Amino acid sequence: MELVLQQVMAGLANGAIYACMALAVVMIYQAIDHLNFAQGEMAMFSTFIAWQLIAWGQPYWVAFGVTIIASFVAGILIERVLFRPIHNAPVLSSLVAFIALFSILNSSAGYIWDFTIKTFPSPFGQKPLFGNGLMDTHEAGMIGVTLGMLGLLYLFFRGTRLGLAMRAAAANPESARLVGIRVGWMTALGWGMAAAIGAVAGMLIAPVVFLEPNMMLGVLLYGFAGAVLGGLTSPGGAVLGGFAVGVIENLVPLVPYIGPAFGRELKLTFALVLIVVVLMFRPSGLFGRSVVSRV
Amino acid sequence: MMLEVDGLDAYYGEYQALYGIAFGLDDGQIRTLLGANGAGKTTVLRALTAMVRTAGDIRFDGKRISGRATEDIVRLGIAHVPEGRGTFLRVSVEENLQLGAMTRRDRAGIAADMDRVYTHFPRLKERRTQQAGTLSGGEQQMLAVGRALMLRPRLMLLDEPSFGLAPLVVEELFAILRRLNEETGVAMLIVEQNAALALEFAEHAYLLETGHIVMDAPAAVIGADESIRRAYLGY
Repeated sequence: MELVLQQVMAGLANGAIYACMALAVVMIYQAIDHLNFAQGEMAMFSTFIAWQLIAWGQPYWVAFGVTIIASFVAGILIERVLFRPIHNAPVLSSLVAFIALFSILNSSAGYIWDFTIKTFPSPFGQKPLFGNGLMDTHEAGMIGVTLGMLGLLYLFFRGTRLGLAMRAAAANPESARLVGIRVGWMTALGWGMAAAIGAVAGMLIAPVVFLEPNMMLGVLLYGFAGAVLGGLTSPGGAVLGGFAVGVIENLVPLVPYIGPAFGRELKLTFALVLIVVVLMFRPSGLFGRSVVSRV
Repeated sequence: MMLEVDGLDAYYGEYQALYGIAFGLDDGQIRTLLGANGAGKTTVLRALTAMVRTAGDIRFDGKRISGRATEDIVRLGIAHVPEGRGTFLRVSVEENLQLGAMTRRDRAGIAADMDRVYTHFPRLKERRTQQAGTLSGGEQQMLAVGRALMLRPRLMLLDEPSFGLAPLVVEELFAILRRLNEETGVAMLIVEQNAALALEFAEHAYLLETGHIVMDAPAAVIGADESIRRAYLGY
């Protein structure tokens, strides 16, 4: 029992990161109807910026804030420069652009900061929480920050005019234009916000997985799995999906017979299996809407 | 003239849908575009708000608006109620109205206009927290008109407002539109399948056939001419 509880707690902590990534993926998916394969690399690059600022002697929270703002601006720029010109092009063009962005960010991070593994500090420390081994302070911090960010996003989308305009632009671009909303800028804003959310996820996961250019590969897969499980059209569902994937991933090794066979080594396989299974039985995800179009 | 259109062509890809359309509209006027399915009525409205590729000249208050983006044209006070009503289905009725006022900053004025819309359409007030997708067709059309009003438009483009509505609801809707025109002086350009209704409502009509304006006359003249009614309007 103790072991199960411990795994659930650890799962929730990892799940918080997957939830952040799932949220970032869903934000862009809502705006442009494509999965951003470079989401993880964007987060990784942001984390390197934070690392560099800290290495130059900035306090953690200053680096944290500057990184979020820089990522937000960079997200907007990426949309304006790279994706704006091809927004009417076939899906494959976007796909190629995503892959290009992926390798550009990955290689330049390797070129600038090399591929050696770096440690990244946690602002919450890594002492045991409540004096037992169930959860440490960093894990609790990750969960807290994720939930806080979700709350802020909820307030933004439900309670502000800009949030309403963004929702309208994503749901019905043509009508949004007819009420004077600048749909292109709303998409860019969505990219900026997704990049900022990704940056937070990167800075929170880096103390756990260590900082290096390929650190987000697995995390992004789990993020995708969470988003698909919860539903690509539902930000709340994606977050819940992220947490669920984190917990399931940690519980699988405990299941008799299958668990040991799956083991730690096949954890990533599990994320892919989950994506396939969800797509087979419930393509719109647990909380997503299936899109019905009249012909 | 508030709106002047001259030599307007429109294209869907390679296909040309309008040929050299020319017409105009002044403050407070109600005019209608009539014609069979596929004649290009909807395309004229879409051309005015840059939702289709065009060539030619469109002027609003003497300023050229052809070539500008939809959202910039809307900001001049041209409210387009599109075919299918353009409702934001997943947000509430009140949020739909707020979206209509997205180009404005004056909070007090927006609140006052929202009250005004609710006086015209009391049903919307009853349902203001409901998701717009749960409204009936008639209520959604009222919402679409209400949302357009929130822009404080000088010109409303109405695309088949009577489509799919029960006769009584149509009557109610057109009575409200008439009242709006009289009270606020908003001009209206209306596309209708129901030609009898449109000719009664508008003062002037344009008859479209395969992308050309083939007749341009006071509504009463067109309505009185039996051969035109038979040939083009089917009643």
